[in-house]
Amino acid sequence: MGRYIVKRLLQTIPLMLVISIFVFMFIHLLPGDPARTLAGVEATPEEVEAIREEFGLNDPLIVQYIDYMKDLFRGDMGRSLKSNIPVTELILSRFKFTIQLVFAGLIWAPVVGIFIGVICAIKRGTWIDLGGMLFAITGLSAPGFWLGLMGIQIFSVNLGWLPSGGLDSWKSLILPSIVMGTGIMATLARYSRSSMLETLREDYVRTARAKGQKESIVMFRHAFKNSLIQVVTILGLQIGGLLSGSVITETIFSIPGMGRLLVDSIAYRDYPTIQGLLMIFALQYVLINLIVDVLYGVINPKIRYD
Amino acid sequence: MSNTQNQNEQLQNNLSFEENYIDENIIADKSSKTKEFIKKFMKRKTAVVAFVVMVFLLIIAIAGPSLAPYDPAAYDYDNLLAGPSAEHWFGTDQFGRDIFSRILAGAPLTLGVSLSSVIVGAALGTVLGLLAGYYGGWLEMLVMRGADVLFSFPDILLAIAIVAILGPGIVNVFIAVAVFTVPSFARIMRSATLAVKNSLYVEVARSLGCKDGRLLFVHIFPGTIQSLIVNFTMRIGSAIMAASSLSFLGFGANVTDPEWGAMLSQSRSYLTTAPHMVYLPGLVIFVTVLAFNLFGDGLRDTLDPKIK
Repeated sequence: MGRYIVKRLLQTIPLMLVISIFVFMFIHLLPGDPARTLAGVEATPEEVEAIREEFGLNDPLIVQYIDYMKDLFRGDMGRSLKSNIPVTELILSRFKFTIQLVFAGLIWAPVVGIFIGVICAIKRGTWIDLGGMLFAITGLSAPGFWLGLMGIQIFSVNLGWLPSGGLDSWKSLILPSIVMGTGIMATLARYSRSSMLETLREDYVRTARAKGQKESIVMFRHAFKNSLIQVVTILGLQIGGLLSGSVITETIFSIPGMGRLLVDSIAYRDYPTIQGLLMIFALQYVLINLIVDVLYGVINPKIRYD
Repeated sequence: MSNTQNQNEQLQNNLSFEENYIDENIIADKSSKTKEFIKKFMKRKTAVVAFVVMVFLLIIAIAGPSLAPYDPAAYDYDNLLAGPSAEHWFGTDQFGRDIFSRILAGAPLTLGVSLSSVIVGAALGTVLGLLAGYYGGWLEMLVMRGADVLFSFPDILLAIAIVAILGPGIVNVFIAVAVFTVPSFARIMRSATLAVKNSLYVEVARSLGCKDGRLLFVHIFPGTIQSLIVNFTMRIGSAIMAASSLSFLGFGANVTDPEWGAMLSQSRSYLTTAPHMVYLPGLVIFVTVLAFNLFGDGLRDTLDPKIK
């Protein structure tokens, strides 16, 4: 097990390196002179020169990259052009809102999704199956921003039950959690259904039935548990979707998280902040997938012997 | 009483569903593959309905602007934020513009950008995936690691990152969605190529002296086309979603353009006074994405009976 984790960790390093090059190159991919871009539109030529000096933009790219990486390891991602606060500090102050949203989505969506999927698989070919799958594809096709706005219109404006924005109480988390979770719920319902159907065809399920095992035990212990293995991988990939879903959710509900910060920074052309956020989003995604893969190894012993 | 009746009804429905289901597998079709495919596909009623809706939407995208009952850009200050009525089916917006006409006029924009970006992204991803799967080695490593990096910016985050580099605007949304489409095709086509590469008929073609290019595009590519088509229809839904999300965030179409996502972002300020501005354009996006997804599902189930 330990070896598997180490192997998996080592595999992550090249990926992170390439991502860091990608994010580093970001500022150089922008049209025009990076120093000019960083200094802002109204900067005087002297200010642009000062920026060029400060960011070492006269050095060869490789030197710049090494400097960038050194800073990154020290947790220094430059300063925001908009507020002049260090980007790391800015992101940290927003982090907790996004994480709250991610958890708010994760609290219900996987459970409901897997439940729907498994029930549909067990009741395969019935109207329950059809209804469940229609519900899932509906959830998958409804744009988050539409769901969010309708939620606000119905539950905040009309009924006055829930707040329309902000993150002050648990009540204000309800609507965002629906917007965050719907896609995951739908995707997991679809995957867990097909995964469950696949497992139900396995020999060991037939064996369990043949030896006269109770149907409920066959379903739960033999089929469901094994079908979960595939579902965990999908869940991992979906959490990445949650991170990007936070961009939309935070915009609709005026929540000052990382997604909202990204949108604002792009509008303001606050490039150091954009760069920092992209790095953090990618890092989170890679880490989550690493954790999922390790979990996968824990629940599926076959993987470890590869 | 009604409960038992319901249950009975349900039981009967179940039975008829089962019968249909069994029929489908038993029928041995000797006609051509296309006919067999159409026959199988027609059995999937939701997918057929989705297909009809999809074709209808595509016709609207082509003929939409000329079908619009009003000039989509004409202001009407006597009819600001009016709810749906006989004159204005979907109501009017904050400038009195007819929302139904704007949706029709926006169809070529929203659908055009999404479709063309998926076509371009799919073409690029397919070629990369085919080459990676066929040649292997450093090329495969490069393509797959590249896909990994792009996948590290999940979902629309990648599109947002690209718009951040290129700046807002509808052309950049097109580029962003195209790039966002490439990695998924590259991955899927690579594994499809790997699966076909070692099959007997490719072996035979090679032993007959087929050149790499011919082998790849004449022999291997048709073998992967099922995965391509299924992924293609599935990605259109996500592309529409991504493009309208970008416009909703203000990175896409101009706020004055009748792009569907942009219309919704405008409607936010009128949630209390004119909720129809939220409901109807959103409903159109939803129905469009749903149609493409349902059609994709039907296609997948028909082409690949393994997953049901």
